[in-house]
Amino acid sequence: MRSKLTFGPLFLVVVIVVFIIIATSLAGFLATLSAEEYIFFSRLLEKRVAFPVLSTILVIAVIGYSLHLLFQKYINPLRRLVEETVIISTVNPKHRIEQTGSKETQQLTNIINSFADQYQQLQDDIKGKIRHANKEIEEEKNRLAALMSELTQGVLVCNIEGQILLYNKLARSILSPPGTNSRSNGNGAFIGLGRSIFSLIDRNLIIHALEKAQQRLHKQKHALSSFVSHLPAGQLARFQMIPVLDHSGELNGFILTCEDITRRVEVENHRDLVLQSLTEGMRASLGSIRAAIETILEYPRMEEERRKKFKRIIREESVKLGDLLDESIKDYSRYLKSQWPLEDIQSDDLLVAIKKRFESKFDVKVNIRFLPEPIWLKIDSYSILQALAFVMNHLHANFGIDSVTLQFQPDAKFAKLQLLWQGTPCNTEILRKWENQALVMDGQGSPLTLKDVIERHSSELWCRYDEENKTAYFSLLLPVTKPETELVVEARRESRPEFYDFDLFNRQDQKPELESADLAELSYVVFDTETTGLNPSDGDEIISIGAVRIVNGKILYNETFDQLIDPRRRISTQSRQITGIDPAMLEGQPTIDRVLPRFHNYVENSVLVAHNAAFDMRFLQLKEKSTGIKFTNPILDTLLLSAIIHPNQDQHNLESIARRLGITIFGRHTALGDAIVTAEVFLKLISLLKEKNITTFGRAQEAARESWYARIKY
Amino acid sequence: MGYKIVIADDEPNIVVTLEFLLEQEGYDFVVARDGKEALEQVEAFDPDLILLDIMLPEINGYEVCQKLRENPKFKNLKIILLTAKGRQVEIAKGLALGADAYITKPFSTKNLVQEIRTLLEQEA
Repeated sequence: MRSKLTFGPLFLVVVIVVFIIIATSLAGFLATLSAEEYIFFSRLLEKRVAFPVLSTILVIAVIGYSLHLLFQKYINPLRRLVEETVIISTVNPKHRIEQTGSKETQQLTNIINSFADQYQQLQDDIKGKIRHANKEIEEEKNRLAALMSELTQGVLVCNIEGQILLYNKLARSILSPPGTNSRSNGNGAFIGLGRSIFSLIDRNLIIHALEKAQQRLHKQKHALSSFVSHLPAGQLARFQMIPVLDHSGELNGFILTCEDITRRVEVENHRDLVLQSLTEGMRASLGSIRAAIETILEYPRMEEERRKKFKRIIREESVKLGDLLDESIKDYSRYLKSQWPLEDIQSDDLLVAIKKRFESKFDVKVNIRFLPEPIWLKIDSYSILQALAFVMNHLHANFGIDSVTLQFQPDAKFAKLQLLWQGTPCNTEILRKWENQALVMDGQGSPLTLKDVIERHSSELWCRYDEENKTAYFSLLLPVTKPETELVVEARRESRPEFYDFDLFNRQDQKPELESADLAELSYVVFDTETTGLNPSDGDEIISIGAVRIVNGKILYNETFDQLIDPRRRISTQSRQITGIDPAMLEGQPTIDRVLPRFHNYVENSVLVAHNAAFDMRFLQLKEKSTGIKFTNPILDTLLLSAIIHPNQDQHNLESIARRLGITIFGRHTALGDAIVTAEVFLKLISLLKEKNITTFGRAQEAARESWYARIKY
Repeated sequence: MGYKIVIADDEPNIVVTLEFLLEQEGYDFVVARDGKEALEQVEAFDPDLILLDIMLPEINGYEVCQKLRENPKFKNLKIILLTAKGRQVEIAKGLALGADAYITKPFSTKNLVQEIRTLLEQEA
């Protein structure tokens, strides 16, 4: 890099040059004088010395002022102009340059700005064309993503190093269930793009399965191998593996499908158990019966008393057998019942479904009263529909009811589903009778009773009659649930979730020297912390950690880390105002010693990035002793990187940088919100660094160090 | 003939029949209702044969069988496992632990009596 022109040295140089010129001409002038003239001139000078001194000072002042003007009007504005033009041409075409400096620079600024307008227009055109061209591919991808997320099996694709290139929602819920990476104390491993599958599944199992698959491949068989593994969270999962070959037939990855078989195995085990005790019980009783009856037959002349005894044995054992069968069946079906899947459904949808069912089956008029705000129910909607149709069938057939109203009344834990009709009351006896009947109509239905369905939903039903308005209320309590919570982060992205990245297929392992690693290819965790105050050494604590990953130059909005932390101390009013976190929100949250191990897992094998990283790292370092968790990851600081790129800009806070780089800021001052803004800033900074020929981690760190010293000196 | 037999079973209804059958054959016998009692009875009564159920309270039949076989004193004692456990693995285990015969319930009384006779005569 060329050394930069600054005011001080330049001023000095100009002054010296001017004086050398004056001194030289003075020397020439003096050399041509005769001795008399010289003496005369010296005397003259002695008497009038004030004039040359004054004019010297004046000359210096004039030089200084012109140079100042030069810098003010030309050099500095031009420099900023250069920086900001680079911003326009690289990361933010929308950026426009403020007019400063001389008329000429202002003109130049105008020209550049209007160029920028044209450039932006051009870019927009090109982008539009690209967007159009990409649309079809995008649709294909979306279809694939949708398909993946709807699959009833978990799917994972890994490269030969075991890095995850793709996973679907189900794979995530099986291998890294939410319990283990939200509020639980578990230190569960994280599933994520570019992360290693081996932290989730035993490496040897996978290698073994791969070997089996390859052997089968060599024998020209279908290369599928399967294995069962206990997962860290305790479930049992069955995996199937299909190797992925490149065009030359070499293995370069594998596809894993997985399914959680914990439940099925439980059911099967239970069934086996029931079957076994049934068999053994039957053998025992049959043994007694057969022995008794054979004895009676073999010894016809035994005395009557004895014979009676044997006959009693036969009766007793037969009864026992019957009871045993009943017991086993009950036991098994009770168990099966508890395995029913419950789904989430909205109250409005259920009402409409019931209405449809009623009107198609019976000649009744159904009136629906919707709730102003529909609620979510967690039910087996099919059996609830059957149960209600069963009740309606009775009402219609026995009481001649031909017009009913359906409505919901929400409660905290339950929603009361009500079936209203006019006229005929329905008493408890009738209801009890219905409860125990199988839900069969027109020869169709299930062997379940109304009671079974109610028990299944841990629910209750009753019927009441209001004399005043002659209305009967049949009420059924249904469990409510919250709809699947959508992450704030996901909500702001309309694009499909980044659950896959096939570019990783061809990526070499991230082992080679970090120094020479390409900035664009490293895996990063960009994080931010919120704290009780600004002085960690005075006991201020972390109250929130937010982080997001960058893999292969892409921000993985689906793989965030977002955790509130109970600091076990007061939060300063200032911090409360900035973060919007009040003490009540932190109650019941885990403490830092529980969160750091998980965060440590999360940042594994990644470069840490933060804005003003020194601040956040200080908080983490102060916890090293008490938690034993050390963060030894390499670190990059967006504050310093920004200073490398824009040394002539004064503002390097996150907000100004984001604005400068054209990044829209959402939800600042939550740890996750800030981490995401920082990540977006960081990606733009990487491409700006490339302009400056800084492409490797080593170069970036070196430059950051320089700019750090520069700032300190300043 | 004076053979002595221990019936070890906690199901009274099967015991009634077994008692009758052994009585008809003219054997001398005692009944034990659990595994512990079975071991004590063998010790006290010094039988020639034991009809041993597997699902016994206190100590199960497998264990009783094993203990008896480990004791050289009862080298000549015949053991018949008479049980409702009928899976192949269970039969294999019973025989491996040293039972002379493994009869699953329900069984033919005729065969049982025949089996007892055969085993007792082997000894003679």
